[in-house]
Amino acid sequence: MKISEAFLNKPLLIVYICAGDPTPEATPDLVRRLVAAGADIVELGLPHSDPIADGPTIQAAAQRAIAAGMNTDVYFDVAAQADVDVPKIFMGYYNMVYARGPDKFAEDCAKSGICGMIVPDLPPEEAGPLHDACKRHGVDLIFLAAPNTPDSRLSMIEKETSGFLYLVARTGVTGAKSDVLQSTGDLIARVSSDVPRAVGFGISTPEQAAEVIRAGADAAIVGSVCVDLIARGEVERLEELVREMKDAIVKAKGKAPIVC
Amino acid sequence: MKCDTANAAAVKFGKYGGLFVPETLVQPIMELAQAYERLRSNDDFRDELAGLLKNFAGRETPLYHARNLSRELGCKIYLKREDLVHGGAHKLNNTLGQALVAKRMGKTRLIAETGAGQHGVATAIVGANLGFETQVYMGEVDIERQKMNVYRMELMGAEVIPVRSGSRTLKDAINEAMRDWAASFEHTHYLLGTAAGAHPYPSMVRDFQSVIGIEARGQILEVEGRLPDSIVACVGGGSNAMGIFAPFLEDKVRLLAVEAGGRGPGKTDKTADNGASLGYGTDGILHGALTKILQDPYGQILESYSVAAGLDYPGVGPELAYLAETGRVQPKMADDKTAILGFRALSKLEGIIPALESAHAVGYALSEPDALGEMAIINISGRGDKDLATVMDYENL
Ligand SMILES: Cc1ncc(COP(=O)(O)O)c(C=O)c1O
Repeated sequence: MKISEAFLNKPLLIVYICAGDPTPEATPDLVRRLVAAGADIVELGLPHSDPIADGPTIQAAAQRAIAAGMNTDVYFDVAAQADVDVPKIFMGYYNMVYARGPDKFAEDCAKSGICGMIVPDLPPEEAGPLHDACKRHGVDLIFLAAPNTPDSRLSMIEKETSGFLYLVARTGVTGAKSDVLQSTGDLIARVSSDVPRAVGFGISTPEQAAEVIRAGADAAIVGSVCVDLIARGEVERLEELVREMKDAIVKAKGKAPIVC
Repeated sequence: MKCDTANAAAVKFGKYGGLFVPETLVQPIMELAQAYERLRSNDDFRDELAGLLKNFAGRETPLYHARNLSRELGCKIYLKREDLVHGGAHKLNNTLGQALVAKRMGKTRLIAETGAGQHGVATAIVGANLGFETQVYMGEVDIERQKMNVYRMELMGAEVIPVRSGSRTLKDAINEAMRDWAASFEHTHYLLGTAAGAHPYPSMVRDFQSVIGIEARGQILEVEGRLPDSIVACVGGGSNAMGIFAPFLEDKVRLLAVEAGGRGPGKTDKTADNGASLGYGTDGILHGALTKILQDPYGQILESYSVAAGLDYPGVGPELAYLAETGRVQPKMADDKTAILGFRALSKLEGIIPALESAHAVGYALSEPDALGEMAIINISGRGDKDLATVMDYENL
């Protein structure tokens, strides 16, 4: 399924996990279980040795996955094995893409059923080669905007992104937080085009997920809290959380915001 | 401060350099770039920096004719004495410059990474002197091998934050500082210590360190009436090398950049036995720039190695990567053993104990005197007091 098709049924729950954590073998089944529990899109992180946009939870997951044998070849095998009916998205750092070559990377994404790429350390200004490669292979290249992105730049990013716009809910790095900030709502409201808006960074509870949907987001992205539950081996609790989150955002649809 | 970043195009050096950072950092970096661009030609700013360099840092530093070393090498050797800069290394040239930029941007807190501890010390110095809250990220491994510098930083009021992620050395300290900055940029300046990283750091740090080369050029012309045949500098990220090279780029002067050869060219899945990114590295992205890096075939960054903590870095500044590619700068290597030899030789011959980093430049000169021509300048980027325990350990192994 293409990302644009998934967004016909808003609001969406997007779930991030780190591929290869705890082992590469475990990943395809985890993806299936997340989708069965209600994930509308799965982001599969490719672990990197130096994840500068990530907090301790995802850093630790990346280290475990690398130690368990995860690399880019294994990543694409695992992604292909995770045969689900919802879009799968790559998330990873640009050096991993650069090392394989942007064209081959985008081609391997397409071949293994990955329909979008999020590269957090690649702003549009540097994305030329990957942008072209993604076009050639029919892969969406998804850009991020942050609370401190000025309006003029935001409209540039809105034009450049494809699939959806990833709105970073807070400055700083990934990691579970317990609140939703005023600036998140402001950022959602500042988007002026009709590109789908997905909000991530810090969302860890059904209440927060509902909150960003009420504030006008089309999707909520959850990551660190899921990675943390996987680290503790609490996969059933994770499935339950995904169900609760999905439930909460569906109920929140069309409701007025409480805080934002 | 407002600035227009609808398009945040970065300065590049050929294909190298750029701005490969998370979106949250784009705005702070462009604000820094624009503030620096404005200030670099501002008389008031330049006067204030010049005053501090003279009266606080102790510039200008001597260009010293090392007679005994010259005799040993059969080549006239001058030493650029950055070891005499306050704090014991060239690092203060850059921290003074950036701290003044930060001050004028209204920032109240400085964060920095440090490997050897020299840049951390230089940041602590400006933090104390110019009134910033200062926090320095330092890998646990480096904290262990540079205890004195940790204590020096603390004495001057800086907080040293141990970094436990990744290889727990310099590269991880930079990662941690970037993560901090992504949340703290409103009031915090990230004071990067070398001519690497995202735009505008490579240009800005080079400019602040160029005082080394500008002085050396004037000094050598005054005493010799001509330029040297070669200039030798060690390379970690490249700040002392770019600082002394930059004013000579248009001249017929051989520029020799000596990287850490460490234990040799060997590597494993996760580690390299050296810090020679120009010598053994390949193109890749690290800390915001496309440059030469030590990495595995998939793009995972390798842990580097050198007996000198300040050269123990798996990347290098993008401008040096470019100048090496064009052939203007010649990348060279000195391994641990050669560096220790240089350390002992300069101590014994001249009564100058160099930093282990600078000892790589000395060691290289000792091992390849023919590459120097008839007259050379070696940049003594720092003094070696901080390294005595390391050298004693090394000799006992
Ligand atoms: C004395 C000294 N020289 C050289 C270096 C290497 O850095 P750079 O290549 O930026 O000059 C360091 C780094 O800590 C240092 O302390």
